[in-house]
Amino acid sequence: MFHFSNLVRSKGDPKIISTGPSSLTSADRLARGLGWFSIALGTLELLAPHRVTHALGMHGREGLVRAYGVRELLAGVMTLSVEKKAGLWGRVAGDGLDMVTLLGEVRPSNPRAGTVLAALVMVGGVTMLDYIAAKDVAAQHDPRRGRKRLYSDRSGFPKGLTAARSAALPRPTNSPATT
Amino acid sequence: MKALVWHGKEDIRCDTVSDPEIEHARDAIIKVTSCAICGSDLHLFHNYIPAMMPGDIMGHETMGEVVEVGSGVDGKLKKGDRIVVPFTIICGECEQCRRGNFSVCETTNRNKHLAEKVFGHTTAGLFGYTHLTGGYPGGQAEYLRVPYADATHIKVPDGMSDEQALFLSDIFPTGWQGAAQCDIEPDDTVAVWGCGPVGQMAIRSAILLGAKQVVAIDRIPERLAMAEAGGAITINFDKESVVERLNELTDNKGPEKCIDCVGFESHISMAQPDSVLDRAKQMFMLENDRPHALREIIYVCRPGGIVSIPGVYSGFSDMVPMGALMNKGLTIRTGQTHVNRWTDELKRRIEEGQIDPSFVITHTVPLAQGPEMYRTFRDKQDSCVKVVLKP
Ligand SMILES: NC(=O)c1ccc[n+]([C@@H]2O[C@H](COP(=O)([O-])OP(=O)(O)OC[C@H]3O[C@@H](n4cnc5c(N)ncnc54)[C@H](O)[C@@H]3O)[C@@H](O)[C@H]2O)c1
Ligand SMILES: [Zn+2]
Ligand SMILES: [Zn+2]
Repeated sequence: MFHFSNLVRSKGDPKIISTGPSSLTSADRLARGLGWFSIALGTLELLAPHRVTHALGMHGREGLVRAYGVRELLAGVMTLSVEKKAGLWGRVAGDGLDMVTLLGEVRPSNPRAGTVLAALVMVGGVTMLDYIAAKDVAAQHDPRRGRKRLYSDRSGFPKGLTAARSAALPRPTNSPATT
Repeated sequence: MKALVWHGKEDIRCDTVSDPEIEHARDAIIKVTSCAICGSDLHLFHNYIPAMMPGDIMGHETMGEVVEVGSGVDGKLKKGDRIVVPFTIICGECEQCRRGNFSVCETTNRNKHLAEKVFGHTTAGLFGYTHLTGGYPGGQAEYLRVPYADATHIKVPDGMSDEQALFLSDIFPTGWQGAAQCDIEPDDTVAVWGCGPVGQMAIRSAILLGAKQVVAIDRIPERLAMAEAGGAITINFDKESVVERLNELTDNKGPEKCIDCVGFESHISMAQPDSVLDRAKQMFMLENDRPHALREIIYVCRPGGIVSIPGVYSGFSDMVPMGALMNKGLTIRTGQTHVNRWTDELKRRIEEGQIDPSFVITHTVPLAQGPEMYRTFRDKQDSCVKVVLKP
């Protein structure tokens, strides 16, 4: 594979030949995908709310859609950050809000009720993904994973703590060894 | 060869890369026998330090055997020598090097123009760190090219194991410098924030330098236990008030000497609202650092005291209490470590058996497991304190 950065390395510096396994876990990658999805949706809702309201028969609610766009962007930035767990739970809560709003639009008077139903199904699917990602990220990065050990025997002082404390004391000047 | 390569935030891979080659006369190449992951690597892992580039090789705590030397190394090193590589690349000749200010060597940063723009003046070249400090490939790899190798090395005495010698590259002198620049006196209370590897070394250094009492602050039980084993009184900041406890331990006067071994990624906790605000600002690039520990230090430190900051700060920190700092007449000392300034003394202390820095190692694994160990170390899983990698 072509690696752009190889072009700018100086002569003696190593260049990538092939890449190996990454520190990113499966949940990290899913979170990253959802983070970018959030950014894309947020941008659409913020910049082109009419498209959304038109498709869903929600005319006049552009302000609300814009606000949701800001929410999506915030959750997206957080999900793409190291604090992805908080971002993902934020997304799950946002999904809930989306569903409540959409449910309100499923009325016989809405000529677009069919689209709203489809949107509901979609949001349901995304919610599942968000939930799975949030659970998995939390589990994979849980500090309680692995063995629990205390290191109460690791003073680092081979001669013991008392000897270490006295290392700094001024040495007696008239000790027999030095006279 | 195999190397741990930075590809982006939280994305470190064990890649196959070409072997390093001698580029300048003063270069040498070592075959790495041991290397370690540092808390500073976590700042890069999180992509908080600007000017990293995909393809950068990580690692600045490295040792190994010299396999090739350039024509200008001038007999100072020869094939077969066992050396520890200090993380600061030094020329040994410039004015700063002659003063012992090795981490601000004026010669070795090959991207001086960048450093001058960002810091005002250049600092030394560093291994496996940002392009602001030269973008030199790091030592979490099978081979490492050491620039200015005639000066940038520490010879390992016969009989000293890799584990005993490795941390002369960084964390031992870093903890030591953190304590030494506190000018510790026999009546002093020295408080150390952060019980990671650097904090552990600072605690032992403060003991060896004769502090009356050393207090260590963190919230991770196994790190606090290790701190206690090293002679510190411990404070778990999740369970008690750091300021109250420190005042209690010092007749309400505060510790004379405070060492920040946390740096700019202070824990985020609802109990510390400033840390949450910092994180929010950091996310939207309104602030670089989360300096909660530093704020606490300046607040609790005894008037006339010394604040020593080995913990790394990356850029701009908000709401640092300058009023308290100024009015209490505190002295601040900081810096990347002048590793070679301390080498002889620390080598001697290891040889005399005063200290064995290997106590801090909790995990030793093959290099190929590096990517997952970054996670383990960052997430504090498996009671991980310090990871050593064997290529
Ligand atoms: N000056 C230098 O040359 C130099 C060299 C090496 C490392 N460092 C820096 O030293 C710092 C520590 O390195 P490390 O390897 O020990 O890393 P580490 O991440 O393992 O340790 C940091 C410790 O601080 C604790 N902590 C977080 N917030 C705290 C708070 N508010 N109060 C008290 N403790 C808190 C964490 O629980 C952790 O144990 C890092 O910033 C690193 O970049 C500097
Ligand atoms: Zn380091
Ligand atoms: Zn120099």
